[in-house]
Amino acid sequence: MDFLTNLINGISLGSIYAIIALGYTMVYGIAKMLNFAHGDVIMVGSYVCFVAMNSLGLSPLVGVLLAVAACTCLGIVIERLAYKPLRQTASLAVLITAIGVSYFLQNAAQLIWGADPKSFTSVIPFPSVTLFDGQLVISSVTIVTVLASVVVMVLLALFVSKTKLGKAMRACSEDKGAAQLMGINVDATISMVFGIGSGLAAIAGVLLCSAYPTLMPTTGAMPGIKAFTAAVFGGIGSIPGAALGGLLLGIIEVFTKAYISTELADAIVFALLIVVLVIRPAGLLGKVSHEKV
Amino acid sequence: MSLLKVSNLNVYYGAIHAVKGVSFEVGEGEIVTLIGANGAGKSTALNTVAGLLRARSGVIELEGKSVAKVPTHKMVSRGVALCLEGRRIFQEMTVLENLEMGAYTRTAKETGEMLERMYETFPRLRERRSQAAGTLSGGEQQMVAMARALMSKPKLLMLDEPSMGLAPLLVQEIFDIIARLHDQGTTILLVEQNASMALSIAQRAYVLETGRVAMSGDANDLLHDPRVRRAYLGG
Repeated sequence: MDFLTNLINGISLGSIYAIIALGYTMVYGIAKMLNFAHGDVIMVGSYVCFVAMNSLGLSPLVGVLLAVAACTCLGIVIERLAYKPLRQTASLAVLITAIGVSYFLQNAAQLIWGADPKSFTSVIPFPSVTLFDGQLVISSVTIVTVLASVVVMVLLALFVSKTKLGKAMRACSEDKGAAQLMGINVDATISMVFGIGSGLAAIAGVLLCSAYPTLMPTTGAMPGIKAFTAAVFGGIGSIPGAALGGLLLGIIEVFTKAYISTELADAIVFALLIVVLVIRPAGLLGKVSHEKV
Repeated sequence: MSLLKVSNLNVYYGAIHAVKGVSFEVGEGEIVTLIGANGAGKSTALNTVAGLLRARSGVIELEGKSVAKVPTHKMVSRGVALCLEGRRIFQEMTVLENLEMGAYTRTAKETGEMLERMYETFPRLRERRSQAAGTLSGGEQQMVAMARALMSKPKLLMLDEPSMGLAPLLVQEIFDIIARLHDQGTTILLVEQNASMALSIAQRAYVLETGRVAMSGDANDLLHDPRVRRAYLGG
């Protein structure tokens, strides 16, 4: 039964990584940049939800919606102010800017909300589910996390494959010049992707803090790095790859903690990434395309 | 009045003066070709008309109105479609999705009508509509690129090296299609390194040399001009 408990916890943690990784991979796909501030957007979303629930006394649902709205705007503003002016420059400049934005968000959060950890109240006020005469206890957070990530992924998949804007997004990801010639406003599309990715980060942040209720300005950093790893693991730029990578990473992490070593869990996770990249440089579902004549 | 009138166009890549005071025009219903060697500035001129590059100076007029400052993504609604060099189709999207993107600025009804017309012009694309465009052969990919440009119902279709990298038989097929599109009333501005093919279907031509218009005139005259034959047609 331990095995099943661990598997469920792994899927739940992996679902959160997957939602964060989707943001990384979508932004990479269209802007060809690694947005290292993405993890800190998670933290901002969690604080917004925290303030809405604890200081303003709003309901959890309103708190989550406010967090999503705030992060969507934050993502668009970050892109416009920090990344867009650098779009024609070397990718290293953008990368360093992203790290700068990350520190900016962490320090701004510390100024606003203080450095001491806050105890996050779960947004899911339901009791745990007990199965097999109490041998298997699944928390409501775990269930909601898995369900929420399934809903998010299905909606995102439909958006990307069926809607005009979703197709425009894929077109921009492949070739911005050609996309512009089709009449697609590339700047607006990039803004949209940053908005969607950051909105997803807010959802991930709220779910993460509901499961692991310590909230401080650096809360987003480690999950951000893990999700980035997951995105690369699955094949950066690939949406199914991010989902698969996140899920696998969560499961591997939980199993490593349970059966090998808690201290070594992160080391093993990152070592596995290196092994996968040596064997498959483009990641699990990443594609290497060739020009045809 | 010309559909497209370009006067005294100057385009730079950084310090490199790629297009030096080039002027040309395309009348309604014409096929006009820009020919010349690699690096003569042909593609640069086309990309500047489409708005992908910005001119340092010069006038670009479409139906008498200046379009030099129009953002690239708005050029297609003005009636200009550019089929880029190297095809540049969306490889991971299906043929149908590529065509839909071509009609991005059009309504669903217009898109449906144009799709039907494109499938008639390029029957092979109908068979392959659900395939990822990147899995198609080079000739088929060129058809996707041309059909995608046509989906916007352009007043002016600009084609940049449509024969590049294709086997001779396919080159013939692509040029047959261009001639047919012209017969159906499409105005075409064609850039080609394959000068003999381009001159044989065009009405008028401009010969570009190192960023300048070296010669211009009736395509048939240029085809038989000794200087053009020596420089571009291998004797």
